[in-house]
Amino acid sequence: MKPLIQKLTETFSPSGYEGAIREVIRKEVAPLVDELRVDALGNLIASKGKRARNGRRIMLAAHMDEIGLIATHIDAGGFIRFTGIGGIRPQALTGSRVRFTDGTAGVIGTDRIQDATKVPTLEQCFIDVGAADRKDCRVRVGDVCAFDRPFVDLGNRLVAKSMDDRIGCVVLIETLRALKGSPHELYFVFTTQEEVGVRGATTSAFGIDPELGLAVDVTLTGDTPKGVKMEVSLGKGPAVKVKDSGMLADPRVVEWMTSTAEKARIPHQREVLDGGSTDARAIQLTRAGVPAGCLSVPTRYVHSPSEMVDMQDVVNSVKLLTALLSKPVEF
Amino acid sequence: MAAFGNAQLKLLEKLCNACAVSGDEGEVRQIVLEEIQGLADEVRVDALGNVLATKAGRGRNRPRVMLSAHMDEVGFMLVADDGDGLFRFEIVGGMDIRQLPGKAVLVGPDHTPGVIGARPIHLTTAEDRKRVIPLDALRIDIGPAGKAKLGQRATFATRFQRNGPVVIAKALDNRFGVATLIELLRNAPENIDLLAAFTVQEEIGLRGAKVAAHALDPDLGIAIDSTPANDLPAHDGEENTTYNTRLGCGPAIYIADGSTLSDPRLVRHLELSGEALGIPFQIRQPGGGGTDAGSIHKARAGVPSLSVSVPHRYAHTAALIARLDDWKNTLLLLQGGLSRLTRAVLAGER
Repeated sequence: MKPLIQKLTETFSPSGYEGAIREVIRKEVAPLVDELRVDALGNLIASKGKRARNGRRIMLAAHMDEIGLIATHIDAGGFIRFTGIGGIRPQALTGSRVRFTDGTAGVIGTDRIQDATKVPTLEQCFIDVGAADRKDCRVRVGDVCAFDRPFVDLGNRLVAKSMDDRIGCVVLIETLRALKGSPHELYFVFTTQEEVGVRGATTSAFGIDPELGLAVDVTLTGDTPKGVKMEVSLGKGPAVKVKDSGMLADPRVVEWMTSTAEKARIPHQREVLDGGSTDARAIQLTRAGVPAGCLSVPTRYVHSPSEMVDMQDVVNSVKLLTALLSKPVEF
Repeated sequence: MAAFGNAQLKLLEKLCNACAVSGDEGEVRQIVLEEIQGLADEVRVDALGNVLATKAGRGRNRPRVMLSAHMDEVGFMLVADDGDGLFRFEIVGGMDIRQLPGKAVLVGPDHTPGVIGARPIHLTTAEDRKRVIPLDALRIDIGPAGKAKLGQRATFATRFQRNGPVVIAKALDNRFGVATLIELLRNAPENIDLLAAFTVQEEIGLRGAKVAAHALDPDLGIAIDSTPANDLPAHDGEENTTYNTRLGCGPAIYIADGSTLSDPRLVRHLELSGEALGIPFQIRQPGGGGTDAGSIHKARAGVPSLSVSVPHRYAHTAALIARLDDWKNTLLLLQGGLSRLTRAVLAGER
């Protein structure tokens, strides 16, 4: 599974520009599914299985996009001013390297900072692609880039950019591989534009019209020094979301997930997240409403260029999702 | 090809001088309904007040194209009557309250004249003048003979003026778009089904476009709007890196704003059309803000969308200034881009 995680996290696809990652994922899932299609917003929708009498139409969503930057101005010296795509944290920028979708690499510098105690704002940062001047700069206004950081295997723990949410994509792909049979009509959706407001899930959920929805995404942890107060840790298993700032998970879905995990002896934890939301919000609110929940992979340093997950959590996420989809839903 | 001359200018003048604060778009809607009479196959006004006009093209395999222009403008709503013609008010849409004191306004359907009062300089201290006057300390004053009711809207009283290549008016955002869309209906390209939506409540959250896009269910959508040009030179001579758009550089094509990541296939199509037809255009700096495209692209199972705007200076204030050439080129670019549009443009994956 590690080579797949490396391949997915080392692909550059900021929100709205998911073409590259879609190709990588398409190759992985094509042999495993009945039908593949791409919708108007670029979501990759893979369907598998027919609905048995006790089955349901279930949408599973993991977002393909990652946070990134978009060029707003090339100045006379060839330096690129930019703004963020998704939740960019300014403190993660200085010294970071980026790569544009055409492969152009750059490094982030800042204006001279008068007050060293303050984090530079996005407006005080620029990208240097080594251009001599404006004419020499290959980047145009509107071009997008993402953090450039290689995948690192620390043994039990893995570090990469865009674990959010390529690790969710990995969980969906590996679940497709592991699933031996299902009473359900399943839609594995690799969504777009989650980081800018769950937009891809909004339209794909409308199109699929599911009876049940699950997002697979990352969540924060409370297990780092002086970190946020939160009852989720790396290594204690997939997190079953109860609530985040955009969604109250359907209690029946939470119960279904936790009892399935208990029966299958899969370690798991309950999650209450203060900030942020996931594709599950969009699924829950589509059309006349859908019971929805979220399986979260605990992740440290989310939205930095070095996001960390625990390998066993990933393995157990695949086990839990496989167990959930293998049997009829009992509510 | 669309004509561009005195008739278009008169239309823009009429639209700018009309008052249509979000939620109360009747005056502009009335002008739109009169102007488009006989131009469309079907015209209807929906539950929220959007004007939806459809016009079928000819030939096979025509893309169904939603073109949207919002009729509403930012303004004020009366919320409390202090007596003697003094009214407390709230802002409708995004406005900087520092811009308000001392401005003449028109209140209600009768355009009752009034003023947002400001204390004269004789009676203020240097300290007073450093402070921003909070909204709840401001009043619209229409005098004791003025008739107005709570809930009525007010707009800036600025009258449309032209001086050579420029126009000065209130509400160019988005009467430019409305006038453009009327002209496009007048000269509708035959290769597409044109689904025109003159929308309501854009300035308070892209609300009209949401229901209009659901109803029209288009293959693709284009929001026609007007966007700020912050292109004045910096006071210290430094390079201006946050101009958003520039006057005189043609229509602004959006790649990303706060509401939409434009469909790259449509951006490319418009760029190619502009290049092929020799029509100048510019790329709006990616950033915040939103247009009707923010609602259109999320309608139903998703709609490839983008926005094109006429640039203007001093957005959401009493007086905006813009270049007529930018408007003309916006109309020409849309006309040209739509005439060249086929389903093949969207055949590849986004």
